[in-house]
Parts: sequence; C-alpha cells; structure tokens
Amino acid sequence: MIGLSSYLVLAALVFSIGLFGVLTRRNAVGILLGIELMLNAVNINLVAFARFHGDLTGLIFTLFTIAITVVEVAVGLAIVIAIFRVRRTVDADRLDLLRG
Amino acid sequence: MDLSLLLPLLVPAMPFAAFLILAIVPPIRRTGRGAGALSIAAIAVSFVAAVIVWHSGFVGERTWGWIPADGGPIATVGVMVDPISNAMLVLVTLVSLLVQIYSLAYLSDERPGALGRYYTYQSLFVFSMLGLVLAPGFLQMFVFWELVGLCSYLLIGFWYDRPAAARAAVKAFWITKLGDLGFIIGIVLLWSATGTFEFSELFERAEANTLAVPGLAVIMFLIYLGAVGKSAQFPLHVWLPDAMEGPTPVSALIHAATMVTAGVFLVTRAEPLFALVPEVMAVIAWVGAFTALLAATMACVEGDIKRVLAYSTVSQLGYMMAAAGAGATPAGFLHLLTHGLFKALLFLAAGAVIHAVGTNDMFRMGGLFRAMPHTAIVFLIGTLALAGVPPLAGFYSKEAVLGGVWEAHLTGPFLMLALTALLTAFYMFRAVFLTFFGRAHAGGHPHEAPWLMRGPLWLLAVLTVVAGIRLALSGAEAHEATPGWLPPFSVGLALLGFVLALAMYQRGVIDPARVARALAPLDYLARRRYGLDALYAGLYRGLILGFARVIGWIDRYFVDGILNALTALTLRAGDSLRHIQTGRAQDYVYGVAFGVLLLFVWAQLWRR
Repeated sequence: MIGLSSYLVLAALVFSIGLFGVLTRRNAVGILLGIELMLNAVNINLVAFARFHGDLTGLIFTLFTIAITVVEVAVGLAIVIAIFRVRRTVDADRLDLLRG
Repeated sequence: MDLSLLLPLLVPAMPFAAFLILAIVPPIRRTGRGAGALSIAAIAVSFVAAVIVWHSGFVGERTWGWIPADGGPIATVGVMVDPISNAMLVLVTLVSLLVQIYSLAYLSDERPGALGRYYTYQSLFVFSMLGLVLAPGFLQMFVFWELVGLCSYLLIGFWYDRPAAARAAVKAFWITKLGDLGFIIGIVLLWSATGTFEFSELFERAEANTLAVPGLAVIMFLIYLGAVGKSAQFPLHVWLPDAMEGPTPVSALIHAATMVTAGVFLVTRAEPLFALVPEVMAVIAWVGAFTALLAATMACVEGDIKRVLAYSTVSQLGYMMAAAGAGATPAGFLHLLTHGLFKALLFLAAGAVIHAVGTNDMFRMGGLFRAMPHTAIVFLIGTLALAGVPPLAGFYSKEAVLGGVWEAHLTGPFLMLALTALLTAFYMFRAVFLTFFGRAHAGGHPHEAPWLMRGPLWLLAVLTVVAGIRLALSGAEAHEATPGWLPPFSVGLALLGFVLALAMYQRGVIDPARVARALAPLDYLARRRYGLDALYAGLYRGLILGFARVIGWIDRYFVDGILNALTALTLRAGDSLRHIQTGRAQDYVYGVAFGVLLLFVWAQLWRR
C-alpha cells in the first residue's frame, strides 16, 4: 500500500523540477513548460488529499485547475508568438525592456 | 438709546459714511470736487454734533462686547465721552472741516481722480482719529491708533510719484511702528496682568489702589513708547520733519493739530495709570523737555518754512509731554488744544505763502507783507500765539505748562523749557521777518490766496484770539497756584527772542553768519539734525542690512546646503540601486523563490 507521503514527495519533486525549469530555461516555451509542471504538481497534491480524505472537493478543484491551465497555455503561447514576431527571438535573457 | 450717546456715535459715523461712499463708488470719487463737497458736508455735520456734545457736556459710556470668549467678551468697542474726549472731538472736527475747505482751493490743480483720493483718505483719517478719541479701552484705541498711522502714511505719500514723498511716507510709517510695537506689548502685558482693556475699570482699580501689578513701570513705559513714536518725541522724532513732503493741508491737520497729539492724548487719557509710576512720569517729563529744546535749536537753522513749523510742532509736543510727565496733565491738554488751533493756522498760512511763491525756501521769499496782507496778519497772530504773547491762547497754556513743571520741582526740564520758549519766539519771528518783511525777491507775482483759503485762516485766527481772551477771563483763579513771577518771566523770554530775531534778520544789527560762527559746534550739529538721521541710516545700512546678509549667507549655504546634500545622496543611491532591476523575468522569480525559502526557514527556526 502506497501512503500519502509518497504522493506528496512525488508532487514536491515535480514542483521542484518545474521551478528549476522556470529558473534555468532561457527559452520562453521552456519556461511555460516549467510552469505547467508546477501546476500539475499541485494537481497531484489535490487528488492525493481527495483520495485519502474521501472528499470529492479536491477532484472537482483539479478539474478547474486543468481547464485554467489549458487557457493559460493558450494565452502564454499567444504572447510568446506575438513577442517572436516583433523581436525575432524568444530568449528570456534578451527580453529585458524593463531593465532599470 | 438717548441723545447723549447717539450724538457721539454720529460724530465718527459721518466721516466713515463719507469714506465708504467715496471708496466703494468710484464715479463719485472721480468727480474730485464733488467728492470734496461730500466729505466736507459729512464733516460739517460731525462738527455740529461735536459742538452740541461739547456744549452739553455729555458724560457717559456705551460699549458692545467684542472678541467673544468663554468667560464673556475679552474686549469691547464703543464710545466713551468725558470732558477730555469732548474737547478733542471739537478740535478734530473743527480743524478737519477748515482744512478740507482750504484743500479745495489749495489742491485745485490736482486731477479730479487724485482729489477724490485725497478726500477719501481725509474722511478715513477723521473717522480714525475720532474713533481713537472716543475709545473706551486700550484695544479699540490701538486699532484706531494704527488706522491714523495708515492715513498719515497714505497722505504723506499723496504725491507718490515724488521719490522724496514716497521715502518720507515709508520712514514715517516704520518709525512710528517702532513705537507702536512697544505700545501693543504694553497693552497685552497690562491685559494679562489685569484681565481687562477697559479704561473705566482700570481707572477705578487705580484709584482704589488695588492695581498691584508686578512690573507696572515697565508696562507703562512700553505704552509710553507708542506715544513717543506717534508724538515725535526724542529719539523717534525724525519722521515728522520729513512728513512735510505731503500736501500742506495734510501737514496742518495730521502732523500738527491732531494725529501727532494722539500720544499726548494717550498719556492724558491714561493719566491715572501713569500717576502710579512716578519714575516713568519723570522719564516722560525729561524726554519731553529735551525734545522741546532739541527741536527748537533745529528750527533755528532751518530754511524751509514748513520744516521750521514741523520742528516747532515737535518742540511744542515736547512741551505737552513735559507737562503730562510733571503731573500737570490739564495744562498739557490745554496746550494741546490751543496749539492745535494756532499751529493749524500757521501751517495753512504757510501753505498760502507756498501756493503764492512756489517755493518752501524762506531765503527766497521776503517782502510778502505788501503782496498778501491777509496771510501775513494771520501768520503774525499765529506766531504771537506760539511765542506766548498775551492775551493770545498760547500764552496761557504755555504758562500753565511752565508752572506745572516748576511746581513738580523739575528744575532741569523747567530750564530747558524756558530756553525753548526763548528759542520759539526767536525762530518764529525769524520766519516772519524772512518771509513777510525785508527785501522782496524777484521772480513771480505773489498774490493773495482765494477766499476759500483765506476764510479758514481768518476763522482760526479769530478762534486763537477768542480762546486766549476766554482763558484770560476764566483762567485767573485756575492758575493761582503758579508763582507770580512766571507770567512776566515767560513774556520776557518771548520778547527777548523777538528782539534777537529783529536784530539779526530785520535790522541787521547782528550778522547771523557771525552768530553761527560763534556757536559753530552747535550750528554744525543742528544743521545736521544732531546726526540722528545719519545714525539711523547708518544703523539701518550697517546693522540691519549686515544682519540680513549674514542670514542670507546661512540660508544659501547652510540650509540649502543640507538640502542639496540630501538630494545628491538620494540621486546617488537611486543610481546605484537601479541595477537591481535587471528587467529579466527569471531574476524576479529567483527573488520570489528565495523569499519563500527564507519564509520557510523563518517558520521552522523562530516560530516554534
């Protein structure tokens, strides 16, 4: 029998990988992928708690999260494409218009 | 409200109404002569009311609360009529009325707008002076005191496009303000010690000997300072001769007959309070006598006829103050009234002369008796009154002053005043001889002034004589306290002065230049006004401007320096801190992640 803590460790691992991706990837698409991973780590948490507490709320919440994630990716990719059209690059290091 | 209070209220209300109309309705003001007629009509009504008040001898007080506070009003406004204020009411309205009529002719060359402005100021002045005279408390008195100061400033600077007049106006304003500073400090100190501004209450407590105020001498001295400034006492007398830059009728009304006597009036009014502090009284007497002598010496070397009269005014104000300081307040007040009459007369006559010959310089006049006999005769009457020749008004009041000072055992002031009496006769007859007698100087055709100017002159001359005769008839028993040798003594002094002037400026027996050489140091000092003007100018330039320069340096380099350093520091810090903002989204995410990590650590370590 796999316990709750195993799921939580998995979720933490996935979240950390996602965070690592967000921090280290230079490609904007890669950063979006990292964010996706972090969101899915949260989903794992929600589903695990729903399962072990016998409460459906977590599952319903997860459905909402998945829907919102899809929308977020759509908007995010649209922004990336728009930036690419203007700057001919999606390298995050070179998108520093707000530098002080 | 009964008549005895309605009439005293009407007296200042009429000029105030005239002032309001002239100030608010420019079309009426711009008519010039129309504005003058309105102002004269108002003051005529005031004069009639004042005469009725004086003749009926109304006495009373009516006040309204002012400045509300928790424990009842702090101060009151209203009218207080008693013999002193009644006499002043008549003097002020009479001289104002005559001066305003005289001005119609004297200022006939002015543009209508300027003439309207002149009458607006005149009406405001009369209102202010009457309000001062009727004041039932120190606070109202101070308010009107400042108002007459303002009017004096406005009227000295009536010809404001003349630099000398503008300077004189500012000088008069500032120097009198110096005294007023002491006045208001004194009033406030007195109020904080006694809790009241009201004369009646203060006098009652003074008479009942329950006015035990610590430092009353200092308070009364400060109040006296106001009188020093306004009544041109040494060392604040320097503004009055310069004030002669204004039109001559203004000099007659404000700087001879009425406003400058406000200081004497103040001391007379507050006499019960001053009587409690003999040391201040002594100061008043000594300063008054010294002022009288100092101004008289300066009048002896002056060549400008109006300035001679101005110094003479300063000198006579010193007389009044000396009498007040010697405790002979009634004598000083009597001299105030008689002096108001004949000094207004002298000034208006001098104005007629200036109007005719177009110069103020007496050495360029001469032989005018034939050209303008009316003016010459009234000027002579005024001179005789000022010199103290019986039976004219000046003789009795001057003798009363001398007697009062003698009775108070003030030998020093008495001697100074006696010498002043001699000098007064001398410089006045000097003016008469230089102006009306002797060799006529070429240039222009001097002519007698129009009747609009001669009428007031004759009226004042007649009043001077009548007042003297009335005093002669009624004063016999009033002055029996004075020593018997005094009247011959003072007449002798006047005669001696007359003879000296006759010998020097008419007969040519004594050469004035040789006398000047014999008294060289005195002559030198008097011609330079004893260096007081230079001293003040030097003080102003050296002390005040130097101080301002130091303050300016501190402001520019110290205060501004701190601010400049602060701004430079902020700029520098911002410049170096802005590199934190890289503009890369990932760096911000680093920040957030690191912050969250720190929060975890904090929660683990310190939240236990």
